[in-house]
Amino acid sequence: MSTHAATSAIDHHHDPATTTGIPSKKLFMWAFLASDCMFFGTLISTHLIYRLHPTPGSPDPRKLFSLDLTLFATLVLLVSSLLMALAVNACQKNNIRSVRRLLLGTIVFGLVFIMCQIFEYGNFLHEGLTLSSSIFGSTFYTLTGTHGCHVAIGVLWLTLMYIRTFKPADERPWVLRSLGHFLVFLVVVVAGVTSVLGAAHAIEAHGLAAGPLAQAGRHNLVAIIVTLAGLAALCWLGRARKAVDFTESNAIDVESLGLYWHFIDIVWIVIFTVVYLLEYL
Amino acid sequence: MEATAHAASGGTEVHASAPRRSWLFTRPTAKTGIVSWLTTVDHKRIGLLYGISALFFFLVGGFEALLIRIQLAVPNNTFLAHQTYNEMFTMHATTMIFLAIMPLSAAFFNYVMPLQIGARDVAFPRLNGFAFWVFLVGAIILNIGWFVKSGAPDAGWFGYAPLTNKTYSDQFPGDMSTDLWIMGLQILGVSSVIGSLNFIVTIINLRAPGMTMMRLPTFTWMTLFTAFLIILSFPAITIALVELMMDRYFGTSFFEAANGGLPILWQHLFWIFGHPEVYILILPAFGIISEILPTFSRKPLFGYPVVVFSGAVIGFLGFGVWSHHMFTTGMGTVATAAFSLMTMAIAVPTGVKIFNWIGTLWGGHLQMRTPMMFALGFIWMFMIGGFSGVMHAAAPADAQQQDSYFVVAHFHYVLIGGSLFALLAGIHYWFPLIFGRKVSEFWGKLSFWIIFIGFNVTFFPMHFLGLNGMPRRTAVYDGNMGWNDANLVSTIGAFILGIGIAVYFIVMVRTYLKGEKVRRDPWDARTQEWSLPTPPPEHNYDVIPTIHARDAFWYEKTHKAEIAREKAEHAREETAHGGIHMPSQSWFPLLAATGLLIGAIFFVNHHYEGAIAGGLLFVFGVYCWASEGPGGYHVHPGDHDDKDAPKY
Repeated sequence: MSTHAATSAIDHHHDPATTTGIPSKKLFMWAFLASDCMFFGTLISTHLIYRLHPTPGSPDPRKLFSLDLTLFATLVLLVSSLLMALAVNACQKNNIRSVRRLLLGTIVFGLVFIMCQIFEYGNFLHEGLTLSSSIFGSTFYTLTGTHGCHVAIGVLWLTLMYIRTFKPADERPWVLRSLGHFLVFLVVVVAGVTSVLGAAHAIEAHGLAAGPLAQAGRHNLVAIIVTLAGLAALCWLGRARKAVDFTESNAIDVESLGLYWHFIDIVWIVIFTVVYLLEYL
Repeated sequence: MEATAHAASGGTEVHASAPRRSWLFTRPTAKTGIVSWLTTVDHKRIGLLYGISALFFFLVGGFEALLIRIQLAVPNNTFLAHQTYNEMFTMHATTMIFLAIMPLSAAFFNYVMPLQIGARDVAFPRLNGFAFWVFLVGAIILNIGWFVKSGAPDAGWFGYAPLTNKTYSDQFPGDMSTDLWIMGLQILGVSSVIGSLNFIVTIINLRAPGMTMMRLPTFTWMTLFTAFLIILSFPAITIALVELMMDRYFGTSFFEAANGGLPILWQHLFWIFGHPEVYILILPAFGIISEILPTFSRKPLFGYPVVVFSGAVIGFLGFGVWSHHMFTTGMGTVATAAFSLMTMAIAVPTGVKIFNWIGTLWGGHLQMRTPMMFALGFIWMFMIGGFSGVMHAAAPADAQQQDSYFVVAHFHYVLIGGSLFALLAGIHYWFPLIFGRKVSEFWGKLSFWIIFIGFNVTFFPMHFLGLNGMPRRTAVYDGNMGWNDANLVSTIGAFILGIGIAVYFIVMVRTYLKGEKVRRDPWDARTQEWSLPTPPPEHNYDVIPTIHARDAFWYEKTHKAEIAREKAEHAREETAHGGIHMPSQSWFPLLAATGLLIGAIFFVNHHYEGAIAGGLLFVFGVYCWASEGPGGYHVHPGDHDDKDAPKY
């Protein structure tokens, strides 16, 4: 609807084409988040209800949890929210180079969070906690898994937004190139996560010893090479371009993404409190 | 993607001229034919698509109801096998609620609401198309069961645990009937939530200048409340269905009592959705009635702010009464008393509305046209349903009525006598606006009386059946229970009702083809949508109206000079900006929904590779959707025929 907004200076908090002045995308996102609150509300309630009705054979969560790891993941997600907020701010100031860097930072922190979750799941599975081992397993994996999916969708969206910042201003065909860019990104993420998790498991098992680490490196050699090659490709794809069709008028898109990202951060704080910390009271 | 070139005079439309766009992103431009419907983003066409699908499924659900009534006509009947009977009542309820009443309401939301607020479309036109296609996907998934070995879903429309677990619901390994139900409802939930988010943003953000919230037509208000109820209540059932799905597919035990699960939790989660759902079904009806009564009483709506706020109160309280569906589960006296009181409290705002409607009629210059007949029938019948509802609110009485035909009588009075009567009234009321033709009063009223009589003959005896102890969902009863006469009467009534519905629709089809043509504003109505030519042009308003009063069109009709001046000025402004900006059509909402359909079908069959392929098609559709951009072209008013435009 913003037919002639581009001619005047952009006011990021007011869209003259709408009745309330609130950009429609932002309103949509707020309404969606209200709905999403109810999704997580239902899941968290389920977990809390079954916490009061434990089944025989339920594990003691305190013996299972590794608070250090979860606290680290929580802090990582909190910092990612800071980067996200800075990215929105940079976009409103039309500083696209900063937007790219901050989006990449948010992506990396989001990925670290996901890796912590995968690592944690691996440990729990090792301890014998599965979806069907007890009702605790059912509610724990469903709740944190749904949150993890939200984070993964957020990372996907961040990645697409990052790639979107390279759309050329002229009408050159771009879709195939963007798709290629995305595929490289995907490969780097998968290979990178594999490599880092391999290293993490080696460190967990043997401490920071050179020998086992090197062995884990050899074991994941392909993944490491692919990661490095992919990173080089990403650097090449992400080199400075001529004029791009991504300006402060796109700040509302980044802001909507930011709202989503902050929301899953807040949800995690609730989950961290009622699923983890509550067990230590 | 603004159109760079402006139309030369005489040209109707100029499409965005994007050089070197690949074929993938070439926007469809067909205005007629099948492609125009498959790619449409026009809220009026999407409304019609919703309406036609809803009416189709309404007939399907009605057919299922007639089969149920035939089975129950005489004792010890063998017309339907027990298994088929279970499928019938499950699918009758699911179809009528999710595939008939809700989409028929959505049809009115789509068609009428943007016109009422003076908008040219909804806030996100492609998303609106997507919501419809996703609805169709959900409807297909739910009904696939009829054509495969598994059969249709058979666990009842509220799918109580443990009926839905593998032990009880699967007749053979790989029976997917319950999986179809789970998947279908989840997809329908996605559609409803997406559609509702769109309506919320549209109502808040796309109002014409001067259309303050307290000037919104009541139907638009009720659309807003319904949309909020949908986005806040559907997550509960979606998560409940996800948990059930995890139980059935991945070995969790959320509702498996054998492994420590709590089947009662399903009931709570289902009714936290299920009770607001009742208001999702009835609030649009309140809105329609609140439009029709003032028009045919020749008076403004009595107590407009009270009608609006009582709607809000109903929506709010609707989230706090779910456990009255569970009075006999042994929740404890405190919980039972609390939910009992809340349920009685919700009768207050509902009663307030009834008095507002009576106040509107009071001293009015009543015109007994067909929509008015249905509206008056609505008030009466809905009140009867409301009274038996208050009887259920008393927990001790409910303990007797629980799961009996008394409950069946109650909810058919509020759903048919309430929602459906209002929707049928709405079809009659807006038919001239949508198609430019009017149903003959004789045939309209005849269909009303047959429906009215058939409905009461069917459902009134069910009160007595219930009090005499006939349980609902019973496929066969013995001849010495004292239920024979009432059941036979009820079955005869059902066929009268069926004939009434048949007359109604035959008359509608005939009117569409050969009915009397009408000019603009045939009812001398009050709200803005009637200022449009019949049928409205694609861009709705040549000039976005400025709203000066609650009954905006009434004001327009009584202040012609002022409005003409304003319109001329706005038209000049808009022409200076290059004409009316319209959203381009798109293939991708349909493509994304197709991906969803393919993925869902493979998923319920446990073919996860196919499910992933469907999911990838969905993602591809969404990616292309995002990449093609909103698009748009310009329309220049004055090109279409507007012969009966009011002369100012």
